[in-house]
Parts: sequence; structure tokens; C-alpha cells
Amino acid sequence: MLSTQGIYYSIGKKEILKNISIDFLPGEFNMILGPNGSGKSTFLKVFSGEIKPSKGEVFVDNKALSTIKKEALAKVRAVMTQQPELSFPLSVEEVVMMGRYPHFDFNPAKKDEIICAEAIEKMQIVHLKGRNYLTLSGGEKQRVQFARVLAQIWEQPASGNRYLFLDEPLANLDINYQQEFLKLAKALVQFKTVLVAVMHDINLAVQYADKLFFLKAGELVVSGTPSAILSEKIIKEVFDVDTRIITNPVDGTPFMLYV
Amino acid sequence: MLQKNKYFFTVLVLILIIMLLCAVSFGAVSIRISEMFSAVWHFVKSEKPANIYEAVFLQIRLPRVLLCAVTGAILSASGVLMQGLFRNPIVEPGLVGTSAGAAFGASVVFVLSAGMAPHIKAITGPFLVPLFAFAGGLLATYIVYSLSKNMRKVSITSLLLIGIAVNAIGLSGTGFMSYLARDPQARSITFWSLGTFSGATWSQFFITAVVAGIIFIIALRYSKQLNALLLGEEEASYLGVDTDRLKRRVMIINTAMVSVATAFVGVISFMGLIVPHVLRLLIGSDNKKLLPASMIAGAVLLTLADLGARLLLAPAEIPIGIITSFVGAPIFILLLKKFDILQEKGGFYA
Repeated sequence: MLSTQGIYYSIGKKEILKNISIDFLPGEFNMILGPNGSGKSTFLKVFSGEIKPSKGEVFVDNKALSTIKKEALAKVRAVMTQQPELSFPLSVEEVVMMGRYPHFDFNPAKKDEIICAEAIEKMQIVHLKGRNYLTLSGGEKQRVQFARVLAQIWEQPASGNRYLFLDEPLANLDINYQQEFLKLAKALVQFKTVLVAVMHDINLAVQYADKLFFLKAGELVVSGTPSAILSEKIIKEVFDVDTRIITNPVDGTPFMLYV
Repeated sequence: MLQKNKYFFTVLVLILIIMLLCAVSFGAVSIRISEMFSAVWHFVKSEKPANIYEAVFLQIRLPRVLLCAVTGAILSASGVLMQGLFRNPIVEPGLVGTSAGAAFGASVVFVLSAGMAPHIKAITGPFLVPLFAFAGGLLATYIVYSLSKNMRKVSITSLLLIGIAVNAIGLSGTGFMSYLARDPQARSITFWSLGTFSGATWSQFFITAVVAGIIFIIALRYSKQLNALLLGEEEASYLGVDTDRLKRRVMIINTAMVSVATAFVGVISFMGLIVPHVLRLLIGSDNKKLLPASMIAGAVLLTLADLGARLLLAPAEIPIGIITSFVGAPIFILLLKKFDILQEKGGFYA
């Protein structure tokens, strides 16, 4: 379980995050939603361990994050950021192998190579294996990065959970890959995985999320299952837009229309 | 892929061997292979060299060529490390002030030690120059790095501009030292700010080679982490890399090897720029391959440049820094131009 307790974060006088306490449970697809500047990405950086909160603590399987070594954490926690860019040419295969870096010392073991091959297959990028990463399209890069992140936490740890955090993972994907991607991520959840994604598209989020967390101006406004909390009033409060919510005829989930 | 790389390294090493043999053989006096063997034979039996050719080979040509090869390897390796650190292909020790700072540090010792008591000088001499060069180089690199860094990203424009300023300070400092100096040292300093191997000795070669060897092994250990840094600092840190520690350490080992080389042979620019760039296009950017390949190729290229320095105006000699700048600067301009055009398309190598 990933648990944030009383997280505050400020830059100078400006408070970016205010008193956020959330428990992210394994086996659920957790999604964080909110308007630009609501502190979503900053919050993700805090519970990923990239930045230290000004106040409060993050607990990973009941251990304080600040006491866990970076190297050890990297074996069970992977983060996909928005469009990482390479500064020099590397092949797709080499980029995916980076996901195994926390697991080997100098030369990759046979196991690492097998895992990379499987991750590459899973993301349907076998045909891109030898290509220079820098020449790929935005969507192809995204799939390569996801293969890298998958490879990083491919095996379930002997004890505890593995953690996968995604920061707006769908930004550059075509619609068919968006669906594919969310199905794949959701399938991971069954295997002792704590999955948290910062999302942009509310309807897509509702379709796949087990729990939604709405952030506004650095504060947690409301959280719960989509069908329980999604309402026209909440969307108005968080995003300041008028909407109508109907039932999605395909799967019965709530569906939002703009008016 | 791996097979192709093995082949690549074999060819590279063969070229290096041929290059070294050529460099030892050609010069103001040419030396035949048979003379090289007999010189080594006489040396092994601790006899005196049989003739002037063997003496030239053992005492002048061989240490010079070897020092040159090691220096070329160091400068190219430094290019790889610094480009990885700055995440930018146009960085090299001559441009970001490392070499100029090191030259200044060394020149201070060079001039001031003239007034030292001979027995102190004898003890501190061989170590004081590289040590001061290291201090100067580290200070200069640190200034350029910290000033050009803006919000965790290195801005190329400010990097180059601050590099120019720090280089100017280093060079004017070296110039001032040469102004203070009496004639013999002064001549060395001017000569030295352009780079030369004319005074190469065996002890210089051994010190440089040992430093280069040790640092190469350390740097290779960091190759995986440097690869991760290619993704960006945040992503590298998610892969378990302590990026601040990595940057500190790489900067120190890089400055150490460049300073030692600069202390003995002066400022040689653009080597660290050309070699890694060409190799990235050939074998990609995996530092585990790029680092050793750059060192071998750098050794080849600098030996070739030194051969040019000795032969072009023979029997007179051109400072080698002039040759590398003459060839390297146009390539640098081309790189900048290319960078300008391709920046929007996602960078250099797309």
C-alpha cells in the first residue's frame, strides 16, 4: 500500500500541496484528476520520492519513503513521466534495457534480456527494436517508454507490492492505443501492484478507474469510486465547467457531456 | 549487433597499431622497423643504443608518440563524459574552460616555482604542476556548469557564452604569468597554451597513462548511470541513480584526467568534440561501448595530428593545438549549424 499522510509542499511562499492524505491500495486502478496547476504532477513527484514534501510523510508498504534507498526503491517502483526525451541516439532495445538497470550491476543477465524481449512484445514494438529512438513518432516513443517502465517492475517482489506511477500516459497515443494501454495497465493491477495515474480525459478515467481522486488548488476535493462520486456538481466545483452526466450505453459507467 | 561491435573494435585497435608504428617511424629522422627492434633489444639487455637512430627512437620518438596517444584517449573520453553530464553534444574540455583553467593553474606553479629553493622544487615539482592544474580545471568547470544551469536544465547558449568568458580568464591568467616570467619559462608558456608534445618524457607518459587507466576503469563503472542520465535527471533518479552524486563524481574524475594531460602538453581543443560525435553516428550512444571506442579513436586521431605537426613544416614544428583547432573548429561550426536546424525536430541525431 502507498499512503501519503498530511503532505504539504510549497515553493517559497506559494503552497502547491495542502494537507493531502490518501491511501492507494493494491489491486485498484487509482486515477488523479484536476485542472492545470492543481498540483497533480507535483503530488506524483512527492509520492514517487523525486521531491521531498515540506511537511508530512509518504509510506511505502508501511515504511517511510525517506528511509528507503533510491536503488532499492527503483527495483519495485517505476514512474513514467511525460515524454522523456533522449539527448543522444540509442536503439529502442537499449532504451527498454534501461528499465533493467536497477537489477543488474554491469552486464545484463540472461533474465534481463528475456524480460526486455517480453516487454517489447507486450507493447507491440518488435518491429521498432533496432530503430533509433529519436526518429520515432510521439506515440511510438510513448510505447517504448511504457515497455521500459514495465521491464523495470516486471517481476513481482518476493514480499510487498510493486508500484507503477503514470503521469498523463495517454498524451501522445492514438485512440486505439489509449484503450489498449489502459486495459494493459488495468490487467497489471491484479498482481500485487499499486497503480496510480495522473489523467487528463475524465471519460477515459471513469471507464477504467476503480478510484478517482479530484485535486483542486493543491487540495484533495473528493475521492471514491467513479459511480459514487462523479456528479455535475463536483465537475463544476473542480473544473468550473457545466456538464451533463449520462449513462454510457456501452458499459454502464457514467459519461460526461459538455453543455 | 554484438558481433558487429567486436569487429568494429578489432578494426579500431588495428588502425591504432598501424598509426603508432607510422608515428614512431616518420619524423625529422625516419626510423626503420628493424632499428626499433634492435633499440628495444639493446634496452632490454641494458646496453647503450647502438646509433643515433636508436637513441632518437627510445628517448624522443617513443615517449612522444605514446604520450600523444594517451592524451588523445583522455581528451576524447572527457568529451564523452562531459557531453553525457551536460546532456549536450557540443561540450568538450577546451570549450567549457577545463583546459584553460588547468593551463592557468599549471602556469602559476611553473612561474612561481622558479623562485623556490631547488631541494623543495625537486620534491614537489612533478606533483605540484598536475595538482594546481587540477584545481584550476575543476574551478573553471564548476563555474561554467553552475552558471549555465537554469532550472535543472543546461542552457546551451549560456553554456557557450560563460565558457568563452571563463576561457578568456584562464588564457589571460596564463598570459599574465608568461609576462611575469623570465625568458625560458615564458617561451614554454606561449608554446604551451597552443599545446605541444615536443618536450614529452617517459615520466610524463607513465604518470598520464596511470591516471588515464585508473580513471577509465572508474568511468566505465559509471557508464550505466550515465546512460540513464540520457533520459533526463528525473527519469535517471527513478531508475535508482543518485544524479547529484553522479554529476559530482564524473566532473571530478573528468577534470582530474584532463588536468594531468593539460599540465604536460598544454591546451588541445576540439579533440573531445570530434571523436565522440563521429562514433555516436557509427555505434550509438551506449557509454559502455562509446567510452572505450572514443579512447582508441582519440589516440589514433591525436597521433595523426601530431604527425602532421612534426611533418608539415619539417624540420620546424607546429604546435599541435593549432592543427586540432584548425580542423576541429569548422566541424564545431557545422555541428552548431546542424543543431540550430534540427532542434525543433527533436535534436541532433534524429
